[in-house]
Amino acid sequence: MRDALSLSGNQALLTRANPLAKFAAVFLITLVLALSIDWMSASVALACELLLFPLAGLTFTLLWQRGWPLIVAAAVGGWSTSILSPDSGKVLLDVGIWSMSEGSLQLGLGFLLRGLAIALPAVLLMSCTDPTDLADSLAQKGRLPHRFVLGTLAAMRLVGLMAEEWQTIGMARRARGVGSRGNPWQRLRATLGQSFGLLVQAIRRATRLAVTMEARGFGGATRTWARESTYSRLDIWVLLGGAVIAAGAVVAAVWAGTWNMVWLEGS
Amino acid sequence: MPAHYDGGVRPAAVTARGWGWRHAGRSRPAVNALDLDIRPGERVLLLGPSGAGKSTLLHALAGVLGDGTSGNSAAGDGGLADSDDADETGSLLIAGEPPRARRGRAGLMQQDPETQVVLSRLGDDVAFGAENLSVPRDEIWTRVHEALDDVGLAHLPLDHATSALSGGQKQRLALAGILAMRPGLILLDEPTANLDPAGVLEVRDAVGRCLDKTGATLVVVEHRVAVWKDLVDRIVVLQPGSGTQPAVLIDGTPDQVLEQAREMLIAAGVWVPGYVPAARQRTLAGTSAEVTGQLLLAAEGLAVSRERPRRRGFRSVPPVPVQRDITAQVRAGEALTITGPNGAGKSTFALTLAGLIPPVDGKVSATVELSRGAGIDPYKWRAEQLIARIGTVFQEPEHQFVTGRVLDELQFGPRHMGHGEERVDELLERLRLTGLVDANPYTLSGGEKRRLSVATVLAAHPQVLILDEPTFGQDANTWAELASFLSELLDAGTAVVSVTHDQEFTHVLGGTEFRLAPRGLGQPGTAQPGTAQPGTGGHALGAPEQAPT
Repeated sequence: MRDALSLSGNQALLTRANPLAKFAAVFLITLVLALSIDWMSASVALACELLLFPLAGLTFTLLWQRGWPLIVAAAVGGWSTSILSPDSGKVLLDVGIWSMSEGSLQLGLGFLLRGLAIALPAVLLMSCTDPTDLADSLAQKGRLPHRFVLGTLAAMRLVGLMAEEWQTIGMARRARGVGSRGNPWQRLRATLGQSFGLLVQAIRRATRLAVTMEARGFGGATRTWARESTYSRLDIWVLLGGAVIAAGAVVAAVWAGTWNMVWLEGS
Repeated sequence: MPAHYDGGVRPAAVTARGWGWRHAGRSRPAVNALDLDIRPGERVLLLGPSGAGKSTLLHALAGVLGDGTSGNSAAGDGGLADSDDADETGSLLIAGEPPRARRGRAGLMQQDPETQVVLSRLGDDVAFGAENLSVPRDEIWTRVHEALDDVGLAHLPLDHATSALSGGQKQRLALAGILAMRPGLILLDEPTANLDPAGVLEVRDAVGRCLDKTGATLVVVEHRVAVWKDLVDRIVVLQPGSGTQPAVLIDGTPDQVLEQAREMLIAAGVWVPGYVPAARQRTLAGTSAEVTGQLLLAAEGLAVSRERPRRRGFRSVPPVPVQRDITAQVRAGEALTITGPNGAGKSTFALTLAGLIPPVDGKVSATVELSRGAGIDPYKWRAEQLIARIGTVFQEPEHQFVTGRVLDELQFGPRHMGHGEERVDELLERLRLTGLVDANPYTLSGGEKRRLSVATVLAAHPQVLILDEPTFGQDANTWAELASFLSELLDAGTAVVSVTHDQEFTHVLGGTEFRLAPRGLGQPGTAQPGTAQPGTGGHALGAPEQAPT
């Protein structure tokens, strides 16, 4: 849990790109996909993203482990869209109030693909970006205030600690006779008590960490950076790649006649 | 001062003149009328009872106390009016300047290793302070390498995960981070209280090396004098702030102070070298309770891990155990002490035995005498069934507080079980908590919290008591009370299982020592009856244990 965000030995090419460039590329793709619900643009983007897997050091197993909630959500979204959206074309399935037609199936499929195509870049980005590099890049290149960025980064380290603490507090409270088993009401009460315990510990830890940081001179107006966050030629390719995927998706959809801007639909 | 430090370190003097500090919202000052001169390069051990303001002074020197309204609300003008703001009196200077004026002039290390690490990579963490002081980039890396070398962590790669370090390593890393700022004053606030004996020596030696090299001034607060005695050249004893007496009680060389003030320090609970607090010895086992020796709890072929089965997509993967093939027995009126190096899974084993963690493999079974109809597996017991049978005292007392008042805290267990509230008064008295019944548990001192956490668990009258590092960071008085109390419990027939590094404590309780081999060697632990007999004890500070090979 504590190292859920670490890259643990990922040597892939995209780990060396500047996080901001990767962010920009992901933003371009997501923007285009947010504009239109159609299966063509989504499948083109999705196909391109799948091709990028090796560059980010991502495998299908890893993808499933990290991104399965997103994948399941996309599938459920697609399924419910196909059975709940208004029918058009040939009706393929009719069970009581649920029916599925060619039109609604197409819409549902578009929804599923689009969900995946939007979710995947986020997983890709996460899997090849170290939080420390991201912070460096945001503060040095993105010109975000370093106090905010480094404070967040230090706090993120505490999140992992808190997950361990939660488990310990749960055990410690059971040893006091507080049951976390039983009916839902009892469980809710136990969880609330445990949350309070965690909150107290979180505040104590955070206070001590803040003292540590302040004692190391943190909080001044200026600081230097031990590692410079730089752009390289790779970042141009990353940006170009993002732009090409985004443009490719639009062109393919327009060419196939499936392009429909969400807010222009009207009907 | 060695040449390659380029004069970067200028040992700093500390000057306090009538200095005092009252924390916001408190009516009494934490430190009052402090007059103190520390010469550049001097090494000072700060002692005193809890509440003497030792930590407050260190925080003030580190410049992290915040701003006080510079004091005019001293005694006389009905001072409560502005007690919401912190209040500073007199002057406190580092090398002639207020501590807040020059960041990085002093470096502070605190007790809890987890919060001494700021960033997730080793090198970044050391560089953090230097970056904040706007040191040029090339210079930063020179300092990082040098500091890591000084604290003995140079063998680790710069991108080593800081979360993978041991407690002692984390504290040494913190020291490296401080050294990289090239401070003239190093402040250590109980730097080794949370560490095992090996970690204590590791950190102490690293501090010694760095001081020899840089010549920086040192102020360290610690209960355990033996650890620091040979490293410091002066001991200053503070007393709690009051309007009439000076803050410094005694001041002199270590030998002088330890001789003059020995009795007074012992009374204040300081671990004075060569003094082992008197704890009640056990009477001959087996004479005072007929149940003694009865088997209550047994572990067979036990494999333990703190991790829960992991979710990999829809599949569930069992965790890799830290220890396997553990076989042990817990008997009424007998002590079982679990020892072993850090990370060997001592606490995990104890918590599994306590019915709080499910075994990865093997089983923990309660005999009929213990289970009394609740079933054989403690993990499956309901919480109120568990506490009446096996009581567990956690390392951090605060984890176990469930109410906002000491009395409620003690009555909580009995109330849930529906009986046993009459025992509460006896425990209050026995563990000297009577005067604190209305206090909020979170506001108690460290020793009080420890006593309360033991009392709350015992209020449910368990037959087996399990304690995780009960003596960690405790002063000598609390230590003696705890050891005496447990020895009484043992004689009365309670089984006591403790995870500890404290050899003297093990010695008082007697019984069986159960050593766990380091993680990864794949060897089961071995029970060694008799190893905890009189004569083997060292002190709260012992040599690091060696695992059997």
